[in-house]
This record gives sequence, C-alpha cells and structure tokens, in this order.
Amino acid sequence: MTFINYASREINCKIVYYGPGLCGKTTNIQWIFEQANPDKRGKLVSLATETDRTLFFDFLPLDMGMVKGFKVRFHLYTVPGQVFYDASRKLILRGCDGIIFVADSQKARMEANIESIANLATNLKENGFDVRAIPYVLQLNKRDMPSAVPAAEMERLLRFRGEPMIEAVANQGTGVIETLKAAARQILMELQKN
Amino acid sequence: MAKLDLIMFEEEYKLLHEIISRLQKDASAKVVFLVDKNGQQIASAGDVKSIDATSLASLTAGNVAATDGLAKLIGEKEFSLLFHEGERDNLHISIVGKRGILVVIFDQNSSLALVRLRVKKASKELQEIFDQVEQRAQKESDGGSRFESPFSEITDEDIDRLFGD
Repeated sequence: MTFINYASREINCKIVYYGPGLCGKTTNIQWIFEQANPDKRGKLVSLATETDRTLFFDFLPLDMGMVKGFKVRFHLYTVPGQVFYDASRKLILRGCDGIIFVADSQKARMEANIESIANLATNLKENGFDVRAIPYVLQLNKRDMPSAVPAAEMERLLRFRGEPMIEAVANQGTGVIETLKAAARQILMELQKN
Repeated sequence: MAKLDLIMFEEEYKLLHEIISRLQKDASAKVVFLVDKNGQQIASAGDVKSIDATSLASLTAGNVAATDGLAKLIGEKEFSLLFHEGERDNLHISIVGKRGILVVIFDQNSSLALVRLRVKKASKELQEIFDQVEQRAQKESDGGSRFESPFSEITDEDIDRLFGD
C-alpha cells in the first residue's frame, strides 16, 4: 500500500525481500546501504540474533529522488528466512507494494527455494495480496558458487509469471541495483495504473 | 485485490498535525508521532530532531504487528495499548482506528495517567480524520471522483532518472 503525502509531497513504497534462510536477503540490503549516498539513506535497522541471523526484519529507508514533483522514498525490508519464523514473515508482508524473491542458486537449496515461494504465496494471500498480481522480481543469487544450478534450470523451477529474472552475486553487488530497479519500475507503473 | 493506497491531502495533514501538536502540549510530552500500521510516519510534533523518526516508525509498526500476533495467539482481537517504561523516557503506543498508531514519548515532566487521558481524547479526533480519508479513498476507487493523479503519466525515463541513468 503506497503512502502518498500531498502535504510533504512524498511517495513511500514498501519493498520486501523474501526467500529461504541464508539466501542473501540481508546481504542485498547491506550492499545497497554501503553504496548509497549517506544523504540519501537512513539508518539500517537490523533485528538479528547474536549470530547475525535475521530475527524479525532488517529495514533500510532510501530516498530515491523526484518523480513528477514528488520525493520518492523506498522502505526496504527483509524477512527472516528460517522456516520457523513464519509468524514474523507474515507480519512484515503487511501493506507491502512489491516483493523481491531472492533465490539461492546452490543445488542443495533448490527445494528450499520452491518451498519459500509456496510460503510467500500463502502469506501474501493471508494479507489480501495475490502473488500473481503484486509487483514481483526473481533474483538468482550466489551465481558465483561452484554448485550453482544453470539459470535456465532455475527459471524452469522458480519463474511462474514472466517476472523479471536477474542473476546476482549480492556480496559483490552484482545484480543488486538491477533487481531493486526492476521492482521499483513495476511499483511506480502500478501507481500510474491506479 | 483490495488495495487502497493511503493518500493524504494538505488539509487532512494540517488537521492531524494540529491534533497531535495539541496533544504534545496538553500531555506535556517530549514528542508525539503518528505512524501508519505499515511503518510509515504520517506526522510528528515536539522535539522530533532528537529522534530518528523513520526507524522509530518502522520499529513501532513491527512492535504493534508482533503484539497483534501475540493477542491473536491468546484469543484477543488486539492489544490497543503498549507502554514501555525507561529510566528517563517512557513510550506510550496506542492504536488509532484501523491503520494509525499514536506514539507519545514523555519523561518525568508528565505522567502515565495524564498521557492516557489526553491520548484518549486525541484518538477520537484522529479517528474522525482517518475515517474521512478512508471514505474519500473508497469513493475514488469506486470512480466517484474527478481527482486526477499526478502519477498517471509516469514514464520509463522518470524511473531511469531515479537510478541516475
């Protein structure tokens, strides 16, 4: 749910990074945080365990610039990937404008990717969204891993609605901005439709 | 999909701002924030410069969402009030209507009883404005308005420019 404030002339959009545990959701956001101009980014809030696993969410507000005289601000959130944090995941999807699904390219994680997409569909539905209609991007992360499954094979397994599919190595920044841009494009185009 | 964007016009914003400014003074609070349940800040009053408002909004919404989850687990609809007591500053969080959260930060210059009293009154007034905003949004989504969105002509170039291309 986009928040358009005519008084301060701001548009606020919520983008959620979803995916199985250790797929690189937080790494995506951290890379954006490190690269962004300090004037344009807010504080990176991480609610993590002592071992740096996301417990509730990471949050990064980002000022993007102006569109049609309005300041565009993205609120980037990650969800905890581990299966047993499902209640928290559901809460974070509340009022989101778009989803970036971060898939882990390693062969051993393919089943976890598929499970996580199914879990996303269920949780979106409970929040009143349709996984086939909401702005959505598929990122194939960890393309540099020796056991990475070919992109075509991952596409066959994980791509289900002709969504933008972007290959990435998030810890090196490859594909991170492209992914965010693909999501931003869909969200802002959605505003145009409404 | 039932998805209504929250659109706030200047006059509605002014009214909300007046209410929370009054609340901040009447309750002798340091800062008052009005936040959306999805984690976005709507308005603020008081010494806002001393606090990272964006993080506060996001964490408050997360806190309320988690507490909502807890309420449901024990068979309650919601907990409409959260109170956090610190050594110096205290945090009073309450739900306003379906989508608003009112955050009041206060110290020893005020008291929980006073804050509760003032919040109760302000909540009612805020609720009325939220209802108006919602009714207008509903009317527009039903096609009853001639309001023209400035975003109806967003182009690919506009989006490229955001990313500095």
